[in-house]
Formats: sequence, structure tokens, C-alpha cells
Amino acid sequence: MTIFKSLEELHHMLVQKEISCVELTRAYLDYVDSADCWVKAFLTVTADSALTKATEIDKKITAGESLGPLEGLPMALKDNMCTEGIPTTCGSRILENFNPPYNATVTERLNAAGAVLVGKLNMDEFAMGSSTENSGYYPTANPWHLDRVPGGSSGGSAACVAAREVPFALGSDTGGSIRQPAAFCGVVGLKPTYGAVSRYGLVAFASSLDQIGPLTTNVKDNALVLNTIAGHDPKDSTSVPFVKPDYTQFLEKNVKGLKIGIPDEYFASGLNPDVAEVIQKAIRTFESLGAEVERCSLPHTEYAMPAYYIIAPAECSSNLARYDGVRYGYRAEADDMSEMFKKTREKGFGQEVKRRIMLGTYALSSGYYDAYYLKAQKVRTLIKQDFDRAFAKYDVLLSPTAPTTAYKIGEKSDPLAMYMGDVYTIPVNLAGLPAISVPAGFVDGMPVGMQLISKHFDEGTLYKAAYAFEQNTEYHLQMPALLKEVR
Amino acid sequence: MSFADKYEMVCGVETHVEMATKTKIFCGCSTEFGGAQNTHVCPVCLGLPGVLPVLNKEVVNLAIKAGLALNCEIAQFSKFDRKNYFYPDLTKNYQTSQYDLPICKSGWLDITVNGTNKRIGITRAHMEEDAGKLVHSGETITTSNSSGVDYNRTGVPLLEIVSEPDMRSIDEVLVYLEQLVQIMDYAGISDCKLEQGSVRFDINVSLRLKGAEQFGTRTETKNLNSFSSVRRCLEYETERQAEALDDGEEIIQETRTWDEGRGMTLSLRSKEEAHDYRYFPEPDLMPLVIDRDWVERIRASMPELPAAKKARLQALGLSEYDAGVIIASKAMAAFFDQALARIDDAKLLANWVMGDLSGLLKTNGRSFEDSPVSPEQLAGMLALIKKGDISGKIGKTVLEEIYNTGKDPEMIIKEKGLVQISDEGELGKIVDSILAANEKSVADYQAGKESALGFLVGQVMKATKGQANPGLVNKLLRDKLAQ
Repeated sequence: MTIFKSLEELHHMLVQKEISCVELTRAYLDYVDSADCWVKAFLTVTADSALTKATEIDKKITAGESLGPLEGLPMALKDNMCTEGIPTTCGSRILENFNPPYNATVTERLNAAGAVLVGKLNMDEFAMGSSTENSGYYPTANPWHLDRVPGGSSGGSAACVAAREVPFALGSDTGGSIRQPAAFCGVVGLKPTYGAVSRYGLVAFASSLDQIGPLTTNVKDNALVLNTIAGHDPKDSTSVPFVKPDYTQFLEKNVKGLKIGIPDEYFASGLNPDVAEVIQKAIRTFESLGAEVERCSLPHTEYAMPAYYIIAPAECSSNLARYDGVRYGYRAEADDMSEMFKKTREKGFGQEVKRRIMLGTYALSSGYYDAYYLKAQKVRTLIKQDFDRAFAKYDVLLSPTAPTTAYKIGEKSDPLAMYMGDVYTIPVNLAGLPAISVPAGFVDGMPVGMQLISKHFDEGTLYKAAYAFEQNTEYHLQMPALLKEVR
Repeated sequence: MSFADKYEMVCGVETHVEMATKTKIFCGCSTEFGGAQNTHVCPVCLGLPGVLPVLNKEVVNLAIKAGLALNCEIAQFSKFDRKNYFYPDLTKNYQTSQYDLPICKSGWLDITVNGTNKRIGITRAHMEEDAGKLVHSGETITTSNSSGVDYNRTGVPLLEIVSEPDMRSIDEVLVYLEQLVQIMDYAGISDCKLEQGSVRFDINVSLRLKGAEQFGTRTETKNLNSFSSVRRCLEYETERQAEALDDGEEIIQETRTWDEGRGMTLSLRSKEEAHDYRYFPEPDLMPLVIDRDWVERIRASMPELPAAKKARLQALGLSEYDAGVIIASKAMAAFFDQALARIDDAKLLANWVMGDLSGLLKTNGRSFEDSPVSPEQLAGMLALIKKGDISGKIGKTVLEEIYNTGKDPEMIIKEKGLVQISDEGELGKIVDSILAANEKSVADYQAGKESALGFLVGQVMKATKGQANPGLVNKLLRDKLAQ
């Protein structure tokens, strides 16, 4: 099938006029039509505007203008990134009818690069969750096994890329929300350095942790997308002015001499033995490629989880206070103002969101601030220092992305059990570091992800290591069986 | 025993000053007062999902300037925090403010009350954003069928200046507030238009028995926007507290509101139901690092502040009262200084600025800001008086002409032939004719009635349409009458 290709191949097809942009866009839209009734990755499909944009691109091609690497290529965005005039629900009923009057910076940059938006993707409500079961609309399925979760909260983004409904999608990662679903769905997911990609127009969950990143089927595509979305944005005060490299220049198969640290704490109890075995095999692959692999320690890892579940809910309790039914979104009928606020929030928010708002409100309240929030921030500093020490010795750290493969929809009813799924990804967000999840093997037919972590703004080294691994293995070439059926 | 014999009031004030920036604190929207509802808004100040604040550097410049004017320490490391509370005029349901690390702290302001100097401590001054405004269809939120929200004011930068509880009388409070507002005006921190709400006061007041060490329980009355309201509020609130204490009641620590119409304070909420603002550092803004060069650049650009200006005017020979009157208005003081650059007689200038020119402007409902008489024109006219070209009396006429026509004084004098008659021969003839026509007055004078001379001078002035040199008229009259 024409469309199951990488960004580079699709770009080539357009340039060589093997296919027009309208044909390509239609092919993807048709495929989304047939596949998404199974996967349910999309909340909104923007067929009309996609075809309009494709027509414009075709004019450019006819005029003989050169095309940028993403120009004319389909994409989809997690539904927490603002798109002017296109619904942006954040997976929540409370934003059901919200059409933002402005674009997120990533939306602007991708639009300017000529990428064609085909739709907005499902997610755990306000990015809170690790399975996309917490969407206010419907759960998304894992294309590898439709009764399994795709992971979360960027489950829609990971699933639609895994099902090849689009060649790339953007997700957001607050505690692992790009990497964990990437691992569950067998795709490449990058959480960039905090401050490398603008958060302007990303509906906030936990401002000090959120970061937007690309999900793709291979490492090179990932670097191409990062090339477009990364860079300083004056609209985001936490965006860092840094010299953005061409990330594709780091892609080489040679990792001789690369120093890789294996943190002991990421291989402790709770890690599924089969997943552990897959990762051990991946480590051996790196060794065989000439990397120097060594065990190391990140001693404060066990405190990352509790610290995260103070900081993230604290920030969310404040960020979500604006959803009160006054100015936009859903409003409940009530006799007076206070009652309207209460009912709007009672009906508009789901269980997990309410749970975290309450946790965060409690943690910030006077009398508990020092014991919880302040303490958590101190832990955060210790976690950062752990990483600083490690990166004085190693180029990258390697770990499983998640302790298990994708579990069954409805299997984890205990929120704490679900929180444990992010145990290896959360420390990275607390430290603001970049990390990537790449397909590393399978357990019982379900993908396993390997996480690589590097120091701030060293995405290049991540891509280098990930690309070398990818090019020396074949996991990324496998596709879910579903695809054959739908075809 | 009277109130003042028994109790002493203890008062501190939180002053909210709208800073005079062109754009809002976290976005590029206009801060202009007025404008149709919700026209000065954008996704950022509306707090729409996904938006982020970007700090307006001019706000920091003004905050530093205010801090320097109030003798504060300027923090080298400062940050913004979120103050979480829930209200429909607050777009994000939290206010971005400063909590534990304000930009300015530990300053002071020297006041003079009834000739006594006193130093009022400034605890801190911090930056924050203003909220929007509820517009009710009826009188109040509870009696209205509907309420709208105008977000034009949302995000207008505020400086909250918190004083120490150092004030012990209503006069001290008012002098402190007047001087504070004057400093903010002079330093260009704010336009200080109280009637537009650009300065608002929260008054904390308690009573204690005279001589007691411990402070009493205080109340806080929010959002007063005129000096007269502050006075009336303090009169009411101290009286209310005194009566309660006299009756053996306990004062409840609470937030109150001032009802201007009824002239009384009303309870808004007590300490028990006080808000828990759940402050925490604003994660969307980077901490503010202020290097010393930045502060010094602003220090070097500081304009002359009222106290320094007053001292300078007194050194030029003005009385304390006159100097005080002139600096009370920034526009009048600026006018005075511009004219002073051209006429080396501060006292003469002060008399004309405070007297005739002020009077003219007042009669016509204008101010020194839009005075039709320029400082140069006034100075030019005063120079003619000093030179003896015109009399003070003619000066009044000339000033009115300048006011009405905008012409320069020299031209007016020339056109109207108002030059003073200082020719002894010419004046002597006129004096002779007046003496001849007023024999009774001449006799009166010679009989020792000194006031008759004044009448004769008046007659000469009248005959010359005020152009006679009064000194010369006096001299000639005396000489001739003595003959």
C-alpha cells in the first residue's frame, strides 16, 4: 500500500510526482475512515481543511517549487494543542465545544512547514492517565491488540502512528505520556528537553513538566519533525534560546565508544521479567556495536514517583481552575453562580481529573505546603543531581520505558497500580531531560520500548544511539496485524 | 474620657497602584482606561486554555523605580507566584503575583504632620496583575438578573505597596497616602488618577489602650479609592472599634468593605472563612534575576522627587507653605521649574504661579498641564516687571491677554501701548493736574491724614490707565506735597 511509508519516502513520492498531495491526503483520509473505527485514535478528522491545504501544495508542486521535508505530508495532533477554529477538547467534556481562536506555536510551525493536519487525537482527559481510558469520550485501542490499551496519555497519537493512520503525530509528555504509549504501540516517541519546544497553546496539565514531542515509526522521521517544532519561542517564557542543530546530522550507525549507563534502580522489583529480558538483549546489541556499557545508580529514584504525584497535581489544581463554565466550554444549568461552578466541574471533569485536583489542592493548602509541595521540590532537586552525576560519566542512560507491555482495557482499576506504569519515565520529567522510547522487541506479540535518556539539549546523542540500534535491529519494521485486515 | 485620651489607633495601609505602562503585564494588550467592553483583550489576558504569560520588562523597570523612590532594597532574585482563588472576574482563577520574594522590601517614607517629622516603614512592594470587572444588570451581584464581565482591565500591571503599621492618627494616614501618591506621580510610576481607580487603598486598623504595648485585633477595609473615603472610613471604623471595646466586646479579625453611600464599613468575611490562596511559584515564568547595573541605570534616571524639590524651593527663598503648595501639583511644579530657568526670582515667580495664573486657570476650569500661558511667556512678563517696563498691575492685564490670545508679552505691551510711564517730566504734569483737581485731599494730607496720599496715587494711576510707574508717582506726590 502506498501510504505505509516513512516521511522521507512520502516526501520523495511527492517530489517525483508519483502521487499528488491531494491523492496522498485522500489515501490517508480513506484509510483513517476504515481503520479508526477499530483504533479510535481520532476525536476530530479535518478532511475538508486537509484537502484544501493539499490542493495548495499541489499548486506549488506544479509550479515547480521545492518542497520542505514535511511539506504536503499528513499529520495529527494530540487534542491538547490549540488549532484555530478546530475543536480542541483536551479529551474533556468540559472543553467539548471549544474552538480556540488561535494556534499553538507547534501548530503554527507545522502549518508553516506545510504539513497537512488530518485530525485531532484522543488522549486521557487533560493528559492525566497512562492508558487513554480516561478520555472524556471513548478509550483508544492498541493497534497490536484491540483489547489492550495504547498507553497514555498520548494514546491516540501513539496508536494512530502505530496503525499508520498518519506518518507522524505530536504528543505531550508530563510524566511519560509520549514514551510509555510509544513503547506500548511499538513506535518511536521523543520527549524533548524542557524548554526546547514551545508550550504556547498546549493546554496545560503541569506547567513545569509538560513538553511536546514527536511520535513516528522510525528515528529519522522523528528527527525531521523535531527539526520543525523545536526552537525558541518568545511567547513561552520557559522556552530556551538555544542553537538548534539539524537533528538528522546525528544519525549514524556507529556507536563505538558511546558510554551507556544502566541505572540499577530501573531494573528492580516491579519490572516484568520478560520485558527485562528484552532490554537485556538490547543492551547486548549496544555492546556488540562497540558501546561501553556500565551499571550505575540513581539513588533517589524511589522518591520520584511520590514527588511527581505532589507536583503534577498541585500545578494541575491551579491550571484547571479556569474551567468554570464562565467564558468558554461546557456550562451546567444552575440557579446561582456558585452552584453553576460546582455543577459545571462535577459534570465536566472525569474521575481522574477530579482526583488530581483534590490531591493538588490539598498539597498546596496552608499547613501542608511545607510537608508536601516544598518537600517534593527538594526531592526534585535531588533527582536532578542524581542525573547530573550520572551524565558526568555517561553519554546516555538506558532503561525499559515501562515495566510491562500494554495491559487489557479495564484491567487496572486501581489508580496507584496505573501510576506505577510511569515509574521509569517520571524522573526524566522532574529533571527536564530529553528521553526517547524506541521499539526494542516483543513479549507475547506486544511491543516493548527501550528508553534512552541524555543530558539537557543533547537530543542529538539520543538520536544517534536510537538510530544505531534501530538500523541494527528489525523491530521497527514490524507492523500490527490489524493493518493487513483493514487493507 | 474621650476617645483620644483612652485609645491609640494603629494603622497600616496596602496601596495598589496601576503602573503607567502602555501594555499589560503579561501580554501586548493596551492598558488604556475606558474603551468599549472587552476590546483590550487577547487569548493571553483572557487566560484561554494553553496561553502563557510573558513579562513586560517595563513593569519591572517601574517597580524598581518605585522601590528606589521609597528607599527600598531591590531584590537581586525575585519571582512570581500564583495566588489561587475563584471568581468570575479572574480569567485563570488565579492571580499571578509575588509572594515570598517581592521585588522591593524594607523601605521607608518620611512624612511631616503638624510640623513633626515621622518615618513610616515600607514593608514591601510587589508586582501583580489586575483582575477584570463585573458589570451587573442591577445594583449588586445578588439582586441582578444577569452579570457580564469586562476584561479590559485584566492584566493591567499593579504595584502593591505595603506599609508597616506605623501610623497612629488619621492625619498621619492621610499625609502618608498623599505623599505616597505624590511620589508615584512624580516618579512616573502611575498616572495616579484616583477617580479612575488607578490607586486603591486597603486600610488595616486596630485600637489599643494608650500606653499599651500589644497591638489590638485589626480589621482590613478593602478598596477605598479616595482620600476622603479613607478619612471617613477611619473615623467610622475607629469609632466602631472603640464602642465595641468600651462595651467589652472582642474585635473580630475580618475583612470589611466600605459603603460610601451609608458611610459605614460592613463585614465581608471573617478570619475563619478567610481564603487559603495556596500560593506556589508560577511555573510559566522564569525567576527574575536583577543585576546591580540594571538598578543603577534606573537610579541614574530618577527624576527629582517631591521632598527634594521642596527642599530646593525653600533654599531659593520660598516659605515652607509656598514650596508645599507648588510641589503638591506635579504639573504646577514642572511649570514653575521651566519658568525658573528664565527668571531669577523664585519668590516673584511663586507669587504669580500660585496667585494670578492659578486663579486664571481655575476660573476657566483648566490646569497647569494645559495652560495656555507657557512658562516662557510668564517668565518673559515677569522680566518686564523687574526691569520696570510695566507695573505689576499692568502685568495682570498682560497675563490675561497672553491667556486669551497666546501672544508674547512684549507684543501685547507694544500693541496696547501698555509701557510704563517713567518719564518724570511727563508724570509731573499729570501729578500737578491731579493735585489741582483734588484740593480737599491735598488739605487732608497736609493735615496729617496719610491715607489721602493713597487716594491721590490712585487718581494718577487712573488718569494714566495704570501705566504710571507707581514708585515714581509716590515720589513725585510726596515731593510736591512737601513743597
